[in-house]
Amino acid sequence: MKILIVDDSKLARMAVAKALSVIHPEWERIEAANADEALAQVDSANPDIAVFDFNMPGRDGLALAAEVRMLKPEMQVAIISANHQQEVIDRAHAIGAVFLSKPLTEQALREFLSSAETKLKASQ
Amino acid sequence: MTSLENVGLSELEIDALTELVNLGVSRAALNLREMISQEVVLSVPSVSLIGRLRAVEILGEAEPRELVAVHQVFEGDIIGRALLIFPERKSLELVRAVTSSDLPLEDIIDLEQEALAETGNIILNGCLATIANQLQRTLKISLPEILRGDSKALFSLPPPPDKGDVVLFVYINFSVRTRDIQGYIAMLMDMPSLVALQHLLQEYIRRATGEPVPNSDA
Repeated sequence: MKILIVDDSKLARMAVAKALSVIHPEWERIEAANADEALAQVDSANPDIAVFDFNMPGRDGLALAAEVRMLKPEMQVAIISANHQQEVIDRAHAIGAVFLSKPLTEQALREFLSSAETKLKASQ
Repeated sequence: MTSLENVGLSELEIDALTELVNLGVSRAALNLREMISQEVVLSVPSVSLIGRLRAVEILGEAEPRELVAVHQVFEGDIIGRALLIFPERKSLELVRAVTSSDLPLEDIIDLEQEALAETGNIILNGCLATIANQLQRTLKISLPEILRGDSKALFSLPPPPDKGDVVLFVYINFSVRTRDIQGYIAMLMDMPSLVALQHLLQEYIRRATGEPVPNSDA
């Protein structure tokens, strides 16, 4: 599996990478610091799963997820944010993304990845 | 997005601080949403750590007119003061945004102090408490107080400021009920507090990444 981690904070990307290295050390990890970089990675690296920070300068994680959905509808996407207002969660769900609370726990990431993997296998 | 002026901290430490401020502001938005039952968008376009005099200058240039601030003192491993600052002409708009928009002007004016103090309390407490929790420390936070004045007055509160004082300067966008209000969060602290903060940030980075933190380039 190949996973794309998008967050403008390097520390936040390192934190996701740390959790991922425990859950799936064998997975290939790619990173991006903003929506434009992320779209370029989606195009060139073709990841299976992606985790987007909601609050980023420029286009936010929801806008990015909506664009990715058009390009690659099968990709499993999670939006991660400390802002768990119902409106934000509803918008994530409306574009078919999973909402994860920040700070991200290993358990929450594990559950998302496991369900994403199941969905990807079912769609193959 | 951070400024290049950041004093004393490494790039990763500033990144961690920015992340903490974002977490805090998101938490504050959530609390405000509960208070007013409407979606609240609070975003942080920039965070910088600058000297006190530079903060006076930047704020004075950006907002030359009278300012209104909600002020709270925090005490713990880090001691300082937190200010939520808006141009005074925006303060009634802020009150309108967080109260019902159809209130008559007289009622809005009556409510101004109280609504500002309450909103400021939620935003500043959301930030300070989240930062303290993430750094695994406790901060004692005073009751909110409303201040009015220019940038120099707001950053020169007694006891007299020290030469090494720094300001964590956060530009915030606040939108609710189609109103869009820009303001600032400023956390003013002295040099020993900045050193304490840096140590706490290094511990936080170590916990978050599981990696040893390289020596700061401070």
